[in-house]
Amino acid sequence: MRAPGTGLPLVAERLRYAAGGVTILDGVSLTIEAGPPTLIIGPNGAGKSVLLRLLHGLLRPDTGHIAWGGPAAPRGAPRGAMVFQRPVLLRRSVRANVLYPLGLAGLGRAERARRADAALALVGLAALADRPARRLSGGEQQRLALARAQALAPELLFLDEPCASLDPAATRAVEEIATAIAAAGTKIVMTTHDLGQARRLAGEVVFLHRGRVLEQAPAQRFFAGAVTSEAADFLRGALVW
Amino acid sequence: MQDLGAAFHTALQLVATGDPAMLRIVTLSLQVSIAAVGIAALLGLPLGALLAVARFPGRQALIIGLNALMGLPPVVAGLLVYLLLSRSGLLGSLGLLFTPGAMVLAQAVLIMPILAALSRQVLEGLWEEYAEQLRSFGAGPCRAVPTLLWDGRFALLTVLLAGFGRASAEVGAVMIVGGNIEGFTRMMTTAIALETSKGDLPLALALGLVLMAIVLGVNAAAQGLRDAAARSAG
Repeated sequence: MRAPGTGLPLVAERLRYAAGGVTILDGVSLTIEAGPPTLIIGPNGAGKSVLLRLLHGLLRPDTGHIAWGGPAAPRGAPRGAMVFQRPVLLRRSVRANVLYPLGLAGLGRAERARRADAALALVGLAALADRPARRLSGGEQQRLALARAQALAPELLFLDEPCASLDPAATRAVEEIATAIAAAGTKIVMTTHDLGQARRLAGEVVFLHRGRVLEQAPAQRFFAGAVTSEAADFLRGALVW
Repeated sequence: MQDLGAAFHTALQLVATGDPAMLRIVTLSLQVSIAAVGIAALLGLPLGALLAVARFPGRQALIIGLNALMGLPPVVAGLLVYLLLSRSGLLGSLGLLFTPGAMVLAQAVLIMPILAALSRQVLEGLWEEYAEQLRSFGAGPCRAVPTLLWDGRFALLTVLLAGFGRASAEVGAVMIVGGNIEGFTRMMTTAIALETSKGDLPLALALGLVLMAIVLGVNAAAQGLRDAAARSAG
């Protein structure tokens, strides 16, 4: 599916980001390696979404830098795709929504059609391909956003609290799709404040607290016993802020 | 009141008999205003979309300028085009003055700022929603402009209607650059002005009723089109 060689790891060093005089991230260093999903967890306001946007290149850090470290490190265009907490769907058909970024990526007509159909089949929306995208239910909309990102065959797929406004059934569908995408070789970096979800999906956990990375560890080790007291409190379900 | 009754009678008569002079006037009015909307849209809508997405020094001043130009008096627009097309003007060699082409140009100048300012307003909200996602796709402002124009197409239809309404209703600009020449540059509005000053109020009123009926019809058709399209496209 993808070109041989990889741009991973994605290395972030000493990121600092402030907005409106408030420091949101401070001294964040992080390496995203290929492998099972990395879950960025932490309380609301820890800076999870901002960190994801910095890694994706939607925001620029005030200081520090982010670079692809792999042998096939890409130049210019980012190799990431992102799914937002609330899906932003174009006022077009379901299928046209998937085709749009593929056209921007400069793919040929036949390849675009092939990828769009495959992506819609993956998320179970093939039957709704000609519906207006914005008439879909919330869960279907988020699945469409996932299909749209997956069709780009990104090396890195950023998911920003993709289930925050979904019911359990829709959440389960999104998790299954994310798992399938990860199994096919796409690295997933996802934020959540839902510990159960983190346990289900994470291969690795990054614990973010008040703009700092307090822990980065394999999921098993993290959930078996967090090192810092903040993470331990968070795992116990104490109110951490 | 008598005038109004007589006007309705005359209007019905004009329409029922298909008065050729009136048909010519109606046709020309529609042609000129539709052409003007087309030309103004070609420039105004992309300009509005660009103003919605791009951030550059002087943007705010440009927006204020466009908003102010929405109130441009038609006679002033007509005068500017007149100077441009007069024999000593920049485009004088085209020989357009006192032709339908000149009227199209004058109306286009009049409504271009309206289309640009209104489409900027309509598309700015859409851009706020789309901006982050489009940047995630790697689409710059130039690529965003056609996307916004397409995705905002139903709202933009209303903008075009506002432009058409302004163009078809104005009299000052076409009077100055067209000259109200019978059978050549006489429009609905200039004919109404002429008949009024000649004292033939029933005929003037009748023409006014026909004009209003046309504008009403165009709006109803556009609204129907918009609703049907919106139903099928979401």
